[in-house]
Amino acid sequence: MLFIINAMRSLARTLDRGLWRDIALVCLAVGVIGVSYGAIAVTSGFPWWFPVLMGSLVLAASSEFLFVGIVAAGGSPIAALLAALLVNARHLPFGLAVPDVLGRGWRGLLGTHLMNDETVVFAIAQDGLPRKRAAYWACGLGILACWPAGASLGALLGSVVRDTDALGLDAMFPAVIMALIVPAMKDAKLRRTALAGVALALVATFFLPPGLPVLVALAALPLFTPAAAPTEGAVR
Amino acid sequence: MRNAVPTLVAMLALAGGTFLLRLSGPALRARVSFPQRVEKLLEASTVVLLAALTATAALTEGHALAGAARPLGVLVGGLLAWRKAPFLVVVLAAAGVTALLRLAGVS
Repeated sequence: MLFIINAMRSLARTLDRGLWRDIALVCLAVGVIGVSYGAIAVTSGFPWWFPVLMGSLVLAASSEFLFVGIVAAGGSPIAALLAALLVNARHLPFGLAVPDVLGRGWRGLLGTHLMNDETVVFAIAQDGLPRKRAAYWACGLGILACWPAGASLGALLGSVVRDTDALGLDAMFPAVIMALIVPAMKDAKLRRTALAGVALALVATFFLPPGLPVLVALAALPLFTPAAAPTEGAVR
Repeated sequence: MRNAVPTLVAMLALAGGTFLLRLSGPALRARVSFPQRVEKLLEASTVVLLAALTATAALTEGHALAGAARPLGVLVGGLLAWRKAPFLVVVLAAAGVTALLRLAGVS
């Protein structure tokens, strides 16, 4: 507990108010998506505690939606597990991209658990290691609190409202991920690469099992060629 | 819930497996050092994965295209994000547009 308080103090010093606001809004949005997740899980027949427990232990939204979706559609738990693990395979390149922000020892274990789409994007967007680290931890701890809290609220909601599709809750998750990557799309080369990856993934969706198409998108990476040698090392 | 125990075991396995995936990146990185070029490529791969995740989550349902309501809602959210609207506005607009379209009979 003391560690958390100390961590928050040093975070408060490192980050400016605009960034704090952005992180708080992302955490709030994650909480709202958590509501949709909890509601969908409960209306699919899961007990109320299941999305809350899974939210805390897995802490990776898309894989949890996928897991719940496959089991609810009558798929076997094994199929749900494999598909969800496949979706989470992107955490391997994530971990290669942000290894320095995670911390060491038992703190590093928590830091590793906090690795997700939002925290990685925030860390990458900052300049300098202290700011990267602070943004990563602030966003990560916020999500660790908001995601399961949203899920339990949604589970409550889901036991009252039966038709969650009528509320458009399924549009929330893609909207949030899109909002996260929009700033990176200003880079023309990256935009081209991402759009090519999207096209590959969409075509693959028609014949590959869930989870794989997202990884197929990586085949577009050769289109992305980083700036030439002279700028190397000068960037950071 | 049918298959309660296997489902719970699968969920716990997912938690453990996901943690190992998160752990493997930094562990690899501690042994091998990557040049700046590769680092940029790794950051790009993150964006490509997330873009593909957005597109498949917005546009598809199983092996088929989803109805129009969700993609249109997500599109509105995306346009708002492009205009630098706050995250919460983006998310609520996406859900709101999708809900209204469904109310109007669009699937």
